[in-house]
Amino acid sequence: MAIIGRTGATPPDLTRVRPYGDTLDDGAVQLSFTLPVPFGDEAREAARLMAIGMGLTEPSIYHGADLGEGYSFFIVYARTAVTVDFTKVVVPKVEGRRMTKTEIDTFISEQVGRKLVLLGACTGTDAHTVGIDAIMNLKGIAGEKGLESYHEIEAHNLGSQVSNEALIEAAYRYNADALLVSQIVTQKDVHKTNLTELIELLEAEGLRDKLVVVAGGPRIGHELALELGYDAGFGPGTLAPDVAGFVAQQVVARGLTTRGSLRGGKSG
Amino acid sequence: MGAASKLFLDESKVARARASASNIADSLTGFVRARTTVAVERTLLRLLGVDGIEDQGIPLPNVVVDQVARAGRLERGVMLPFCSAMAALGLAPQEVAEAAARGELDLGTWEIHNEAEARALGERIGADAVARVGRTAAERRERMARLSPPNETMLYVIVATGNIFEDAAQGKAAAVQGADVIAVIRSTGQSLLDFVPYGETTEGFGGTYATQANFRVMRTALDEVGERINRYVLLTNYCSGLCMPEIAAMGALERLDMMLNDALYGILFRDINPERTLIDQYFSRMINAHAGVIINTGEDNYLTTDDAIEATHTVLASQLINEQLAFRSGLQPWQLGLGHAFEMDPAARDGFLMELAQAQLVREVFPDHKLKYMPPTRYMTGNIFKGYVQDAMFNLVTAWTKQGIQLLGMHTEAMHTPHMHDRHMAIESARYILNNASSIGDEVEFKRDGLVVRRAHETVEQTIGLLEEVESMGLFEALAAGRFADVKRRRDGGRGRAGVVVRAADYFNPIEAGLRAALQLDANEASHGNHR
Repeated sequence: MAIIGRTGATPPDLTRVRPYGDTLDDGAVQLSFTLPVPFGDEAREAARLMAIGMGLTEPSIYHGADLGEGYSFFIVYARTAVTVDFTKVVVPKVEGRRMTKTEIDTFISEQVGRKLVLLGACTGTDAHTVGIDAIMNLKGIAGEKGLESYHEIEAHNLGSQVSNEALIEAAYRYNADALLVSQIVTQKDVHKTNLTELIELLEAEGLRDKLVVVAGGPRIGHELALELGYDAGFGPGTLAPDVAGFVAQQVVARGLTTRGSLRGGKSG
Repeated sequence: MGAASKLFLDESKVARARASASNIADSLTGFVRARTTVAVERTLLRLLGVDGIEDQGIPLPNVVVDQVARAGRLERGVMLPFCSAMAALGLAPQEVAEAAARGELDLGTWEIHNEAEARALGERIGADAVARVGRTAAERRERMARLSPPNETMLYVIVATGNIFEDAAQGKAAAVQGADVIAVIRSTGQSLLDFVPYGETTEGFGGTYATQANFRVMRTALDEVGERINRYVLLTNYCSGLCMPEIAAMGALERLDMMLNDALYGILFRDINPERTLIDQYFSRMINAHAGVIINTGEDNYLTTDDAIEATHTVLASQLINEQLAFRSGLQPWQLGLGHAFEMDPAARDGFLMELAQAQLVREVFPDHKLKYMPPTRYMTGNIFKGYVQDAMFNLVTAWTKQGIQLLGMHTEAMHTPHMHDRHMAIESARYILNNASSIGDEVEFKRDGLVVRRAHETVEQTIGLLEEVESMGLFEALAAGRFADVKRRRDGGRGRAGVVVRAADYFNPIEAGLRAALQLDANEASHGNHR
């Protein structure tokens, strides 16, 4: 593995990496938390013991505040002795080549030979469309136009609070190639329930293999998405070409370019 | 606005925009007054004291209104058969509803043999209901006079645990830390329910269900802490969605102080049918007006879907429309928490000055209003350290332009519902900045031909253009064309349209009549005198 940075300084031991505060391997970490106990010397000591209990050493309680009603807030600095073997770190990544908008349009027209139909939706009770809007809408985000602007993509943003059933109905209606599901609200893991239910419904309809299905949201990682039966997961910072490029390459790789109507037959 | 416009605004231009908004509001009045909805009718029953659920969990107001609606008889209003049954059977409102729920009584097929008696009874209990709403306002005034009033810029924080008892504990702690207003965020999806959930609830997603029992839990908690800290603590919930007027009634009964109450928001962001929600809003705002509630409108949200730098004028235009719609329901300027937001891309050069221009402009166009200023959300990233600075910039604009209701930004926005200490840090930062830069707006003047002044003047011009366009095409058509928030909503689309009913000539609604009298709405309407 190539070592990047720290030119001229002692290189880190990549098999035993620790947090860096001010000196290599000082293990410095910062954390803050609230304890549901009244503020005072005992609360402060409890915060220190909490840090030690976490396996941290030399905890310093730099700030404490009385939040009232029996709650106390602390800002703590400490050290950790835990190390990570960086040479063994493996992260599943969305496969395929990253392409620009122009490259994607060219790729679709040459390799697919027809427009791809992509549906986007915030499913379940989720009403936060900021993410799906950034990917789908003409305007896009961060200077990167959304899927509606692609010549070779027919993009439909179904908006917020779309039930999984309604999304599948729309897939039939538009004869979709791909479904883009956005989930922002993750309290009590509601997103996982929602995402899992969609895959189950798609399988029951015999549609799963005919569609590229991806999930996105601030707390959706590629690994989680794969676990839940999706083809890919897109986290924070995703832009339209990341999604479009993946979908286009999947359609080709999976031989879905000449697929007929979703209604016809149960086999792909 | 007056003589001392810091932005050198041309008063005649602002008046022109306001006159246009007034005409837009007037064009809706006839449509709205000729109709009722299932939600409005359920609200009347709630104001008469009907509460509770039947054995399948359906709220009794729904049971009764559904009976009448299914029979196609809602056009005369639910109160006619309801009061007829009360009089004929000698039952209290709750007893009639319970009998209907048990299947002993069907108000859809109920024969009205005693119409004069029913109407007289309806007038009487309707007047009691109106008086009860008014007593809420009186009790709040009494408490505010006894305790110290909230800060001039009210610090507004959110709790959203899903469990009303946790919400109460967090709300009390926030009040002790210095918050003036506690809002309980609703569980996602409640706005689309065509009934109000019942009882105290401890499970929710992204928030807590708005129920009358939950309102009571929070009210009791905040009154208790208010007595201890000697400051009245305001309670907020969401009077929006398909049960908008019912929640207004529940809030009036439980003394909520603020309500998010904006049909345009529901249309654009919840896909609620435009006709349904504008009718619901007209009545819900009368209840809010009489209960002394401050409403919050949702224009800030336009800037989360549309670009905040390009779409500033859509916010001002919508605020002017919302103001006029609110006046027509009897709300006073001090009750209008018109929404706007600090949502420009932080990477924009001089973005701070553009935000300042917008905030000062809104302040001057609405001098006596409680403006509700919303923090950055769209460009919050999970980098809590940068986020804390973004929120500080937002607070500085408020210190400068004296916004009335400051919804405090959370540095953990875009991550999770606020943690206990997130609110503490937000309150600490806001108090620091509002105090430390207290007189900055009085001390520092804007250059007459500078960026801030030019930006404000441009916004006024664009606002006039948009309002005159909406005026000529009609509000429903403007919504369908995507003029607001870059979202298109058809008049016949969206949720809840089936609940709209055209009123018969002898439609009976003594509560509405009582509210209209108490709020002197007929006199106002006759004089066309609502725009300032």
